[in-house]
Amino acid sequence: MSVATSTPIKGSVQRRLVLQLIFVALILTVLFVLAVRLVGERIAQSAQDSALFAAAASIASSMHSDNGELQLDLPHSAFAMLEAISEDSIFYRVSVGSRTVTGDDELSVITPASPLAERAYATEEFRGEPVRILTVPRALDVEGVFTNVSITLAHTRQGFHSTVSQIQSIATGVGIGFFIVSVALCLLASQSALKPLKSLVNAIERRGPEDLRPVNREVPSEVAPLITALNSFIVRLSGSLDKAEEFIAEAAHRIRTPMALVQTNAEIALRFAETSKSRGKIREIIVAARESSRSASQLLDHATVAFRAENPQLAPISLSELIERSISRFFPIAEMKGITLTVSPTKSNVIVAVDSLLMQSAIGNVLDNAIKYSESDTTVDISYGVLNDYGFINISDQGPGFSDGDIKHATELFFRGKKTESTEGTGLGLKIVSDALNVHNGRLEITKNGERGSCVSLQLPLHS
Amino acid sequence: MRFLLIEDNKGLSQAITERLELDGHIVDGVSDVSSANTMQNLTSYDLILLDLTLPDGDGREVLRHLRNINDLTPIIVITASREISERVKTLDLGADDFLVKPFDFAELEARVRAVLRRKRGDARNQIEIGNVSFDQLDGTLTIDGEPVTLRTQELRLFEALVDAPDRVHSKEHLMDRLFSFGDEGSSNAIEVYIGRLRRKLEHSNLKIETVRGRGYRILCP
Repeated sequence: MSVATSTPIKGSVQRRLVLQLIFVALILTVLFVLAVRLVGERIAQSAQDSALFAAAASIASSMHSDNGELQLDLPHSAFAMLEAISEDSIFYRVSVGSRTVTGDDELSVITPASPLAERAYATEEFRGEPVRILTVPRALDVEGVFTNVSITLAHTRQGFHSTVSQIQSIATGVGIGFFIVSVALCLLASQSALKPLKSLVNAIERRGPEDLRPVNREVPSEVAPLITALNSFIVRLSGSLDKAEEFIAEAAHRIRTPMALVQTNAEIALRFAETSKSRGKIREIIVAARESSRSASQLLDHATVAFRAENPQLAPISLSELIERSISRFFPIAEMKGITLTVSPTKSNVIVAVDSLLMQSAIGNVLDNAIKYSESDTTVDISYGVLNDYGFINISDQGPGFSDGDIKHATELFFRGKKTESTEGTGLGLKIVSDALNVHNGRLEITKNGERGSCVSLQLPLHS
Repeated sequence: MRFLLIEDNKGLSQAITERLELDGHIVDGVSDVSSANTMQNLTSYDLILLDLTLPDGDGREVLRHLRNINDLTPIIVITASREISERVKTLDLGADDFLVKPFDFAELEARVRAVLRRKRGDARNQIEIGNVSFDQLDGTLTIDGEPVTLRTQELRLFEALVDAPDRVHSKEHLMDRLFSFGDEGSSNAIEVYIGRLRRKLEHSNLKIETVRGRGYRILCP
């Protein structure tokens, strides 16, 4: 029995979680790259500025006045630091007031923002190239007169830009790496956050159709209300199922004595019937009474199996003992119909752990079917043994058998094979068998028994 | 055979009695535990049919009482319950078999036969008729000491004819016998079975005679 359900789906918790986390990771990555770039620029700038200042200071210290003349020996070492940073061009200008003492007089002198400041920086274009300019004002005593000397240095910015772009590409690389790792972590985190939910879904899906035990799993507190609601639903559902089963059992029970009365009286009436018409009618009554009795029995068996399946009493038992208990009742009926029942073991002492009463119901129903559909002077054989770690009980008959199409549906509720349409029956028998086997993690296999008849194989895991 | 029937449903009790009497049995019917015990003390029965739900107690009381006083009269329990656990409990108390309501009389007969066969031990209960010896419980037939195998339908037909030798059994009556055993054959089928039975009885001094328009009867020498 399959129930097709299509649950309306709106959004996905996991997708939403992942998208939100990725969005946050993206913002963090961009901020990181920008911050590193900013800091890198500052550091590179300050390195260039320091080198400029050191050069200017070195020039300043070499200045002196000699006979009222400003003397300046440009020390070569003054530019060593700047040259060490990069291969950028260096320009200089030493000026007194607006007069250039030495150097490039096109170079603009930067006026410090405050008269007391000992240096002033600016970034400008000089001869078509961006340069960093530093002006260091110095007061020099020339012949007792304090003269304001400005030392101005300019340094092109190729080195600065290459440093900054290096830092930026490293920052971008690190940023991309960080982003990828973050995305991976987001996926993992969202999966692990939803894992309890998924394992819960699996656990519920794995359940057999008759399994109505409450869900008893450790779940995170967020999922607990769902479990509580589900369990209370299960309790209500199994309550109504129990009621339905009790009702069936009670109804089947109540109907028996009146049916016995109908059947017995019909049999008596058959003895006294005088016309073939009344005979025919009475026979129909008897067949109908038999049929309703059998249906009542099977409904009751089905209810019993469903009831016991909830709490099976498993105990080890040998297949031979189980078969002995199940079939002893059938010998008189088989004999009555002229059917020989044989038991053929292929291995002795095969032990299975089963609820003996459930399995007796199952075996009884298969035998009941086999005897019912077989003709007289045929044999129903019960063989047992071990195959692939399963203990098997094979019940083979020489009845009409199942067609290939029937075999697939044989365990469905109320299904009846095409070849059995002429005989009364409910189609409950094999459903009972397959339910009883499910309880024991067993298997039911129905095959053709050679040319004629069928073989119903009940397979149970071996008791270890 | 003499039956004690313990069943509290008046209608059913009457019907079962009537049906068994049709087959020539004697039936004493009671409807409660105390009269069952009284009857059992007065007479000995070949078989007891016992319903489990009785107005003044559980039918198992009768079962327990009889087995306690070592009375081994065969008991077949008739019940409306089909629970296997019930069945196991009742068999443990000493019932010989179990019959779930409603039941075919053919099944009752089959079970009675099986129980009696188990219980009788070595005591044989053969019908000797001419040079034929017939064991109803085993369903075996010998002619001059030579065993003859009869198929189920042949066996039931033979049984019906031998039950009342010299009497004419109508085809319909014979068909009803087979019908109870799950055979829904036509009246032609009866002719086929009679034919087979005749061949198997060839060497006996029994003869199945066709009484035109009326049926068949078995003639003894």
